Amino acid sequence: MGVQKSYAEINERIRQGKAVVVTAEEVIQLVKEEGLTETARKVDVVTTGTFSPMCSSGVYLNFGHSAPRIRGHKVWLNGVPAYGGIAAVDTYIGATALPDDDPLNSSFPGEFRYGGGHVIHDLVAGKLVKLKVWSYGTDCYPRREIETEITLDQLNEAVLFNPRNAYQNYNVAVNCGSRTIYTYMGMLKPHMANIHYSTSGQLSPLLKDPNFRTIGVGTKIFLGGGEGYVAWNGTQHFPSIKPGPTENSVLAAGGTLTVIGDLKGMSPKWLLGASFIGYGATMVVGIGIPIPILDEEILRYAALSDAELYAPVVDYSDAYPNRKPDSLGLVSYAELKSGWVTVQGKEIPSAPLSSYSKAKEIAGTLKDWIQSGKFELTVPVKTLPTPADGVVGKPMPVKDI
Amino acid sequence: MLRFPATLAEQPLIYYLVKDYDLVINIIKANINPHKEGTLIMELSGANYEQGIEYIRSRGVQVQFLTEEIVRNDDRCISCGACTAVCPSGALHIERPDMQVVFDGEQCIVCQLCTKVCPLKAMEAKF
Repeated sequence: MGVQKSYAEINERIRQGKAVVVTAEEVIQLVKEEGLTETARKVDVVTTGTFSPMCSSGVYLNFGHSAPRIRGHKVWLNGVPAYGGIAAVDTYIGATALPDDDPLNSSFPGEFRYGGGHVIHDLVAGKLVKLKVWSYGTDCYPRREIETEITLDQLNEAVLFNPRNAYQNYNVAVNCGSRTIYTYMGMLKPHMANIHYSTSGQLSPLLKDPNFRTIGVGTKIFLGGGEGYVAWNGTQHFPSIKPGPTENSVLAAGGTLTVIGDLKGMSPKWLLGASFIGYGATMVVGIGIPIPILDEEILRYAALSDAELYAPVVDYSDAYPNRKPDSLGLVSYAELKSGWVTVQGKEIPSAPLSSYSKAKEIAGTLKDWIQSGKFELTVPVKTLPTPADGVVGKPMPVKDI
Repeated sequence: MLRFPATLAEQPLIYYLVKDYDLVINIIKANINPHKEGTLIMELSGANYEQGIEYIRSRGVQVQFLTEEIVRNDDRCISCGACTAVCPSGALHIERPDMQVVFDGEQCIVCQLCTKVCPLKAMEAKF
C-alpha cells in the first residue's frame, strides 16, 4: 500500500501553514532526486499554470435597469457586439467578437486590432467602456436606445464564463503548402519553415492530471488573477491517453474545461485581448490548477516532464482546414522548447504561442496562495469524463436541404 | 531624408543619382516646390551609394539618415514567443531555460514582420 492522503488532511496542513506545495516544474526534479514514493509522502500539492490564447471565453454581465426601462435586443460594448438573446439587461460578450465595422479579412490579412477580449481586458482594468443598447420597445420596456458609459464597478455582476479553456494538449502547426498562411496558430511560413505549438507542456494543468482524478466540477482554480472554479467539462472534451513513442512518455490530448469566476476579483494582467493577423481577435487567459497528491499514481503523472509529453504535428495548409486525419508525427515538448524540431527529416525552428514564463509565474502565485493558507483545495462535486469513458467527437452532419 | 535649399528646388538631382551613379531609388515622400526649401524621403541603394551621397551633398543638399527602428513595449509583451520563429534575423529570440523573449535591437533588420504577428501588439515601428 503506497502513500494515501485525503483532501481533508491536505487542507488541514494548508490551514496550519505546513502544506508542502511545489510547482509542476519543481516536482519533476524532486521526483528524480527522491523517488516517487518519498516525494508523494512529502508533497501535498502540485501547482500548474497556463497563459495562452483561449478563444472560447467570455463574460456575462448585468448592466442594471434604466428609467424608463430598456430590453436589450442588440448590445454593443466599445462597439463590439454582445449577445442580446437573454434577459433585458443581461448580455454575454465573447472574446472573439468583432466590431460591426471591422474590415475583417477584406484587406487580407486582416489585423483584428480590437475585439471582445480587448473589451474584457478594458473592463477588468477599470476603464470606461461605452455601452450601446438598442431595442424595439415594449409596453414594459419602452425605451428604444441608450448610449452611455460603464465601468466594471458599476455593473451588478460580471462573470467570466469560458466554455472551453485549458486545452490539455494541442496540435503543433506547420504549413506544408507553398504560400504563407495566417492561422490561429500564428503566421506559418510555406514549406515547413516554422513550427508553432501552444501549451505550457510540463506546466499545463490537464497534461498533469490526464485521467481527471482530481480536476472535476467544483475544483477551485487560479483564473485571470482571481479565484475561479471548474464549472463543467469544456466543449469538445474528448480526453484520450496513449503511451508516447519513448519509455514512460505519454500522449494525452483532448481534455478541456469550462471555467467560471467573478471578473471583479480578476486582474488585467491575466486577461489580455489578442489579435491574430489574418485570423481574428481572442483573449489570453491565465489559469492555474492545484493538483492534490492523494497517491503515487497522481504524482507520477504530475511529475511528467517536457521530454515525456508529446503532441501531434499537423499541416495547417491542408490537413487541418479540410479535416483530414493525417498527422506528420509526434514531437516532445522538450524538442519544441529547444527551438528546433525535426519533422520528416527537416529541421524547423519552433516557437510557442503560449507563454511558458507567465505560466510559471501563475503556478508560482498559486503555490504562494496555498502556502499562505488563503487558498484551500476543493473536493470535486462531480468527476469529468475520463479517457476510459471513450467520449469522441461527432462531426457536423452536412446535408443538402 | 534629403533637405533641398530653395535655390536647388528646381534642379533634377535625383535624375543624376540614377543616370550617373546607377542607384536604385524609392521615393517614399516628397515635398518640393519652386523657390522653397523642400524635403524628400527615399530609400537609396546601389554599388555607387557612397559616391551618390557625396555628389548630392556637394550640390548643397543636406542628407540625413533616418533611423527607423523597431521598439518593444515591454509592458505589453508576455513572452509568448509567437514572433521568434518568424523573426528572420534572430533579434527576437527565446532565452532558455527561462523561456523569456529577448529583443536585441542591434540584430533587428526592421522588416516589421513582428509588428504584424505579435498578438499583443507589443512591437512598434518608429521613425
